[in-house]
Amino acid sequence: MANKVTNPTRMELTRLKKKLVTATRGHKLLKDKRDELMRQFLDLARENMELRLKVEEGIKAANTNFVIAKAGMSEQALNAAMMAPKQEVSLEMSTKNIMSVDIPQFDFKQKTADENDIYSYGFAFTTGDLDDAVHSLSEVFTDMLKLAEIEKACQLMAAEIERTRRRVNALEYVIIPETQEGIRYITMKLDENERSTQVRLMKVKDMMLEEKYHYSERN
Amino acid sequence: MYNIGVIGDYDSIYGFQALGLSVFPVKSASEGEQVLKHLAESNYAVVYITEKFAVQMTKVIDKYREALTPAIILIPGVSGNTGEGVLGVKKSVEQAVGSDILFSNN
Repeated sequence: MANKVTNPTRMELTRLKKKLVTATRGHKLLKDKRDELMRQFLDLARENMELRLKVEEGIKAANTNFVIAKAGMSEQALNAAMMAPKQEVSLEMSTKNIMSVDIPQFDFKQKTADENDIYSYGFAFTTGDLDDAVHSLSEVFTDMLKLAEIEKACQLMAAEIERTRRRVNALEYVIIPETQEGIRYITMKLDENERSTQVRLMKVKDMMLEEKYHYSERN
Repeated sequence: MYNIGVIGDYDSIYGFQALGLSVFPVKSASEGEQVLKHLAESNYAVVYITEKFAVQMTKVIDKYREALTPAIILIPGVSGNTGEGVLGVKKSVEQAVGSDILFSNN
């Protein structure tokens, strides 16, 4: 890991030490973020699955009703019945922030308040099966919207968790060990330099004394 | 103000028309992709797509996975449930956790 060139200077050492502190702190924070995101995500995912099964069941039932309705009417009559819907749905969207992930919140508005406006046709040329079919679909609609909200939240949170997990791992297994290694390298190098200076000084002192007093000749 | 769109074969989705959603019947997945792109660029916050077409459109759908809008939700069509929607939820769990720890046994 020490293949990265680090200058063995005191300035570099201070820089690395600061980096290590930041990285350790960041690592702890991101780990906490990941854990909390995960906790919330698992609850949400369970809810998502439950709701999805419920909605799929509802749509399946509605589809069966529509098939029956279609069987009892001519295609032209059916198309004509569905041609001009009275009801119109629009969405208001706000966002909610969960652990720095923006997730959408939907609130739907219907154009008319009358709940019978989903039957956009006269009753003379349509079968009662069609009414049932439309009704069964309208019943599942609120859940469908809720599903959209939760499923999107799940997708967004899953992406965020993945990103956070990568960051945590990068800090834990790459950045922090590399910085520690760098610090160790510089400390060793500086210590070594100091020792060699010390030895050099002692040697020079010896030489100077020798020159002046000629110790070796006296013995 | 946002809208809700439904993409799929006509038989599976015409009922949503009565509820007041915008319905976009398509005949092929490539046509569906174009409609989806168009909806994503305009004011659609939620798009429901029948599973049958969604399977062939995963590339485009995945592109919008991490965007705030549109929320693309798979629904079973008239020909039945392919299980693709449930698979999508499992995929999220797998992405987040690393493996599917919640629903692996059902």
